[in-house]
Amino acid sequence: MDLVFLARLQFAVTVGFHFLFPPISIGLAWILVFVEAVGWRTGSETWQSIGKLFSKLLALTFAVGVASGIVMEFQFGTNWASYSRFVGDIFGAPLAAEAIFAFFLESTFLGVYLLGRNRVSKEVHWFSILVVAIGTTLSAFWILVANSWQQTPAGFEVINGRAVLTSFTEAVFNSSMWPRFFHQMTAAMITGAFFMAAAAAWLLLKNKGKEVALLALKVSLVTGFIFAIISIFPTGHWHASQVARDQPAKFAVIEGLYETQTKAPLAVFGIPTVDKETEKPRLAAEIRIPGMASWLATGDVNAEIKGTDAFPASDLPPFGLPFFSFHLMVALGVAFLGLTALGLLFWKLNLLERARWFLVLMVIAGPLPLIANQLGWITAEVGRQPWTVYNYLRTADSVSITVGGGELIFSLVMLSSIYALLLFVYLFVLGRILSKGPEVPQTAEVVS
Amino acid sequence: MTLEVLQIVWFILYAILLIGYAILDGFDLGIGALSLFAKDENERAIHMNAIAPVWDGNEVWLLTAGGALFAAFPPVYAAVFSGFYIAFYLLLAALIFRGVSFAFRNQLDSPRWRRSWDWAFGIGSLLPPILYGVAVGNILRGVPIDAAGEHAGTFMALLNPYAIGVGLLVLAIFLTHGSLFLAIKTEGELHDRAKKMSGRFWMAWTALWIIMTIATFFVAPERFGIANPLFWVFLVGSLGGLAATIILIGMDHPIKAFVASAVTIASQVSIAFVGLFPTLVPSTLGREYDLTAFAHSSSQKTLTVMLVIVLIGMPVVLAYTIWVFRVFRGKVKATGDGY
Ligand code: HDD
Ligand code: HEM
Ligand code: HEM
Repeated sequence: MDLVFLARLQFAVTVGFHFLFPPISIGLAWILVFVEAVGWRTGSETWQSIGKLFSKLLALTFAVGVASGIVMEFQFGTNWASYSRFVGDIFGAPLAAEAIFAFFLESTFLGVYLLGRNRVSKEVHWFSILVVAIGTTLSAFWILVANSWQQTPAGFEVINGRAVLTSFTEAVFNSSMWPRFFHQMTAAMITGAFFMAAAAAWLLLKNKGKEVALLALKVSLVTGFIFAIISIFPTGHWHASQVARDQPAKFAVIEGLYETQTKAPLAVFGIPTVDKETEKPRLAAEIRIPGMASWLATGDVNAEIKGTDAFPASDLPPFGLPFFSFHLMVALGVAFLGLTALGLLFWKLNLLERARWFLVLMVIAGPLPLIANQLGWITAEVGRQPWTVYNYLRTADSVSITVGGGELIFSLVMLSSIYALLLFVYLFVLGRILSKGPEVPQTAEVVS
Repeated sequence: MTLEVLQIVWFILYAILLIGYAILDGFDLGIGALSLFAKDENERAIHMNAIAPVWDGNEVWLLTAGGALFAAFPPVYAAVFSGFYIAFYLLLAALIFRGVSFAFRNQLDSPRWRRSWDWAFGIGSLLPPILYGVAVGNILRGVPIDAAGEHAGTFMALLNPYAIGVGLLVLAIFLTHGSLFLAIKTEGELHDRAKKMSGRFWMAWTALWIIMTIATFFVAPERFGIANPLFWVFLVGSLGGLAATIILIGMDHPIKAFVASAVTIASQVSIAFVGLFPTLVPSTLGREYDLTAFAHSSSQKTLTVMLVIVLIGMPVVLAYTIWVFRVFRGKVKATGDGY
């Protein structure tokens, strides 16, 4: 089998698995900062018991995130040695910075938050969840710096076949970094909110700790609604126009634009295919809004947008996967907004507990933001092909030369089986923790 | 700073990161391996609780060392990690299982369930020290690095007797270090046993260290930096540290003995780095293929940026690490969250 393909498959499996957990941790940590603050300041046992229940789920999620993260840290060296030699001068620094500024913080203070309840004051206890949340955010920041640099490389020159740093700040604040960071952070907040909403809805359906669950559901609906808006506008829009500017070939593919044109239409739906007669790519079953793509990318309906025909075929990503992923992600984003808006309406009408079908819907919707996250990354990463460092280093030239097929198959099979086991145990334990339910407050308000 | 100074500074910083890792994760890996000898479930819970709040922070030293190697010496990172491929994936498997065992173990009230995760914890902690030692042994001995800077050897070739000897040495070190930490964190029978074991493991450590030092003399004589005064400083540190450790164990001062064993670890790792300097990975195919700090570093700018990051970051990390150790000081229990 093709070695480059195997290495890519392994990277996709490991990073895809790792990335099931961080968005939950990041979102949940920030929601807990809020919940614990209210619980501490008001002394309300209901709020405190939300904190206790979800801190257990945070601990569980975090642990699997950490375990799968270690693989990521070393994988650039094991499987992408040629890539590592090329980018080391730039890419290594954010990775090291992530460990020093983020991993130490989150792992150390999570210990205090989870095990120190009876050992530190209430202030310090709240402070530790705050630091955990900040740590996860810094973690996202630094790794996204690294990733964004390979999407939109800056602050370097190529000397003797290696990228050499010329400006650290230009490399860090490369042109896709802020849009990606903010979009990813909103995505994480949605993920945390839907995770919490699903847990709370499930508890309500099972009639466990009703008061606590209802409050948790309300908190998560508000959070989810706010960030669902932000994920579409401004962060999603901002990110898309940045792609149009910096990676026009990717933009053409994810928008299904195969010919350069003014008043470029936005494809709401379509299926990328190849025309039988002309052998040119086209969208089947398309629904397009004229001028919208031009407008979204540039703010001008009449702007000219490059189609895939403007690029040599050897520099284009595959047409199907990025297109579908992108559209599905956007569709999910709209669905999240709709669902949370509906939830808020039911709350207003005092129907939240009674509309059982809505609770069922929220349970099902729990993992959807995770899927949206994965789809977003597939859009970004597959859309970046055939490059690992956009326009500078090809994926085919990035792999480890010394690693053979046997070794790759060994690591791929080993990691896939471990991950399958971990995912199974994670879900099983998640179910166990939830089925025990929250601690139910004896009286409504007791000042502790 | 000139490029050359920065390269030396980074060689030293790299050694310091590995020393920090060996001292910190050393004791919790040691305790994990020790848990395989625990009498019952209760004792195993105590082993785990003794390190629960701090193990992840300790492990981040490894991640920092990995990231720093990538940033400061990319060709070395690339060659070693792709070259020791299978060994690294075994290490990762061990660290994964060990890591999740903390979160999973107490979630189900079933002895079989707990037993399974206890195994994951024990084996997952036993394997890494041996693999680290094998890696260090091979690097001291030299590996076949070719003209392209790629590792041209095989996994089986890494398992030579010398490297396995170093693997056992590292295991003995971590077991000693871990049993001292366990003695600090426990009371009663387990405390006494941990203390007694620390003495036994100390003997294994001392014996293996002497044997491997002699073996090194035959296998890789150029690793003895006798011309370098620092070599003698660290030799005195190693011998003095070993002596202090056993004396303090005998005097029933586990905390001081733990510090002494930390000093010993630092000295022994330093001896290896003194012998290697300025090489990071010696090649057996010719000295001109050695991967060195001078020929295989990042640019001056990157090394400077990294230095700033480390100088800002690590003091803060050390400060709150010490604070957390203080928060969780005292003896642990088997029940509840252990604290
Ligand atoms: C809950 C998750 C989630 C949701 C609801 C959305 N996204 Fe997203 N999206 C991500 C999660 C995500 C992500 C995981 O954060 C990605 C992957 C890579 C990245 O930088 O962010 C991403 C990437 C990504 C990209 C690709 C950037 C690139 O190729 O570099 C674009 C253009 C958008 N998003 C735009 C949108 C729009 C217009 C949305 C709303 C309608 C939207 N996203 C909702
Ligand atoms: C390929 C890139 C990545 C690498 C090399 C990587 C590496 C790691 C490592 C080594 C850990 C364990 C840290 C510890 O021991 O405490 C970890 C955990 C974590 N990572 Fe990743 N990671 C990657 C992608 C991401 C991305 C894209 C994000 C967020 C946007 C992220 C956010 C986190 C967070 C929040 C944690 C803490 C554990 C958790 O929340 O599950 N990581 N990562
Ligand atoms: C965490 C979410 C991420 C997901 C789900 C993701 C997904 C993927 C996928 C599916 C591929 C294979 C693409 C293909 O070759 O067709 C890939 C490749 C790759 N990604 Fe990402 N990625 C993520 C984050 C990152 C980050 C944070 C980095 C860098 C720090 C990164 C760097 C790479 C590299 C080096 C490759 C290998 C070369 C390549 O095939 O492009 N990725 N990723």
